[in-house]
Amino acid sequence: MSTLVWIVLPYACLAVFVAGHVWRWRHDQFGWTTHTSQLLENRLLRLGSPLFHLGAFGVIGGHAMGLLVPASWTAAAGVSEHTYHLVSVTGGTITGVMLVAGLALLIARRFVSGRIRRVTTTMDRILYAAMAAMVVLGMSGTVVINLLGDGYDYRETLAVWFRGIFWLRPDPALMSDAPLVFQLHAIGGFLFLALWPFTRLVHVWSAPLAYLWRPYVVYRGRRTPAPAAQPAPAAVRKVVTPSS
Amino acid sequence: MRIRAQVAMVMNLDKCIGCHTCSVTCKQTWTNREGTEYVWFNNVETKPGIGYPKHYEDQDRWKGGWKLDTKGRLVLRGGGRAKRLSRIFANPDLPAIDDYYEPATFDKDILVNAPAGLKDTPVKQPYSKLTGEPMSIEWGANWEDSLGGDSGKDDPNFRNMVEKVTFEFEKTFMFHLPRICEHCLNPACVSACPSGAMYKREEDGIVLVDQDRCRGWRMCVSACPYKKVYVNHATGKAEKCTLCFPRIEAGQPTICSETCVGRLRYLGILWYDEEAVLAAASVPEEELLDAQRAVFLDPFDPDVQRAAREAGHPEEWIEAAKASPVWKLISEYRIALPLHPEYRTLPMVWYVPPLSPVLDAAGAAGRDDTNADDIFHTIDDLRIPVAYLASLFTAGDTAAAGGVLMKLAAMRAYMRARTLDGTVAQELLDGIGMTGAQVEAMYRLLAIAKYDERYVIPAAHRGQAAALEELGGCSLDGEGGPGMGGGGRVPVTIASRRNP
Repeated sequence: MSTLVWIVLPYACLAVFVAGHVWRWRHDQFGWTTHTSQLLENRLLRLGSPLFHLGAFGVIGGHAMGLLVPASWTAAAGVSEHTYHLVSVTGGTITGVMLVAGLALLIARRFVSGRIRRVTTTMDRILYAAMAAMVVLGMSGTVVINLLGDGYDYRETLAVWFRGIFWLRPDPALMSDAPLVFQLHAIGGFLFLALWPFTRLVHVWSAPLAYLWRPYVVYRGRRTPAPAAQPAPAAVRKVVTPSS
Repeated sequence: MRIRAQVAMVMNLDKCIGCHTCSVTCKQTWTNREGTEYVWFNNVETKPGIGYPKHYEDQDRWKGGWKLDTKGRLVLRGGGRAKRLSRIFANPDLPAIDDYYEPATFDKDILVNAPAGLKDTPVKQPYSKLTGEPMSIEWGANWEDSLGGDSGKDDPNFRNMVEKVTFEFEKTFMFHLPRICEHCLNPACVSACPSGAMYKREEDGIVLVDQDRCRGWRMCVSACPYKKVYVNHATGKAEKCTLCFPRIEAGQPTICSETCVGRLRYLGILWYDEEAVLAAASVPEEELLDAQRAVFLDPFDPDVQRAAREAGHPEEWIEAAKASPVWKLISEYRIALPLHPEYRTLPMVWYVPPLSPVLDAAGAAGRDDTNADDIFHTIDDLRIPVAYLASLFTAGDTAAAGGVLMKLAAMRAYMRARTLDGTVAQELLDGIGMTGAQVEAMYRLLAIAKYDERYVIPAAHRGQAAALEELGGCSLDGEGGPGMGGGGRVPVTIASRRNP
């Protein structure tokens, strides 16, 4: 059981994550979009979206710091355990609260606005539910256990297991004694990665940083010299569905 | 010099009767799909009016187009690259759907299926295409048609005018303004697209959105000062007027031109120097009109023709450029003007400003529109209409706008004298600095030009695209195209969208 959850599941999820993105990139460029709905609702989005995105940047950065940087490194750099704890809990709480508030607003507008409700896909619902579950688990880990409770030193256990996955040496024993909230958050995290390529989250990989240095006006030639002949009008007409 | 060809359009506003045929045929061709219900690649608005979307000309509010910064450099009005990216999570300059209008449909079944003998007449109720709920229709793309309502007085063009246009019926000054994408030489939408999905075609200057590369950052919508890029809320991608490129490639005019009842549209190509574009967009406001005209290259100039040949342009294009009605109207007769040159995008749909509403006002003032002095004085005196047209077409230069109106008025008077009296009104020709032959050619082009004179679309593509001519449907219905109906792959993100 422990092998299944702490070794097989992570690798399976990562495989889906990678293969899913390759498939989506190759077969669904047309669906690869933020799927913006600002046109339809702006009031809640104007506050919720920046909160959510900036909070998410902080949370992702915090996860990278906590999971990827071994405790021995920070100790060697002269950062005391207390300082590290202070920084991580404060940072995690602030960015986490931003993320929670932003996500709450974004979910609320899906319910409040009839226009948005109408364009919300099943995949959007799954994504919002998964994200909400992850955030609740993560925040209860940070706030309930590490800020208010006795604390749990994930850096010596969870983080080591996590890095082990990438060294192809994951040690399931490290996870078996972790608090349930952390266990669920870790499992959920990998399931979330597996969900990622099938949602609008793929827009993250298209973050338009290249815009900062590309020339303003883009010129492009017609790639194909001659458009191919099209099917007969009757066949073409068939696919035009009248709007309801 | 880097010579490029641009397929450009001129519309003669005197001939527009505001019938909206162009809008309807365009919509049937391109935007009769879910997600584009509110989208009109071609719309006809009544001026004065606030337009579609509301107040789109108010760039203090929407931050469209370009401006000169304090050092005189050309920058996007919405801010530099970093500033725009910082606002990517919530674009503060994006019009909401209500700035366009809430699209509606009607439940017509109730009229057909209502039982006989009802006490009350059954009525069809409008339903929102966005929510499916009953709604009341309170705005539309042509809500102000023929000065309907009282929103016209809020026209952003009045902002810089000392005197206001009156909206009293007997003093009304109005005309129709059909608008499509301007396919600018210095397109702000392309420049603002974070993904690099928008581009200007090297062959013909048509500005397009690559539907596969658009990621829905919606910066193009804000950056376009004409608000002619739209978000398709079903696909989450930007869409815009394509200048009917499948038809242009086949040597045919755009649908809006083809079906124009007033035959007021002209299509042709212009040579321009790509390397001169940035400088022309960066001159002080009062020089913009002349700078934009100077970017176009004379198709009769042997040096230009040689450059075009060296750049690999086919002989048909060099000939077509010489026959281009657009070149004649813009550069030879100089009676076509760009819409809002002060946006600095170098728009490529130009307009012959409407003379009729001006002359109507002159007639009301008891002027004689056959007398040269009277004509020129009348136009000088009609400050309000001329100032209004100047704010639309010449960045506020009333002398330039008035000059065009004088040419049009002089042409009418000259032709009247010639046909009715058989006399040559030399004082009219002197007044506008044109020869009789030029005025008669101009008259012919404006009044009676046939299909092949109005649309000179080079046949160079025809060899390649002959197969397109009998296309019948929309080529973009194919794989990945915004037509989307093509039975190809269904995008993951919209596959499970509930149908209304």
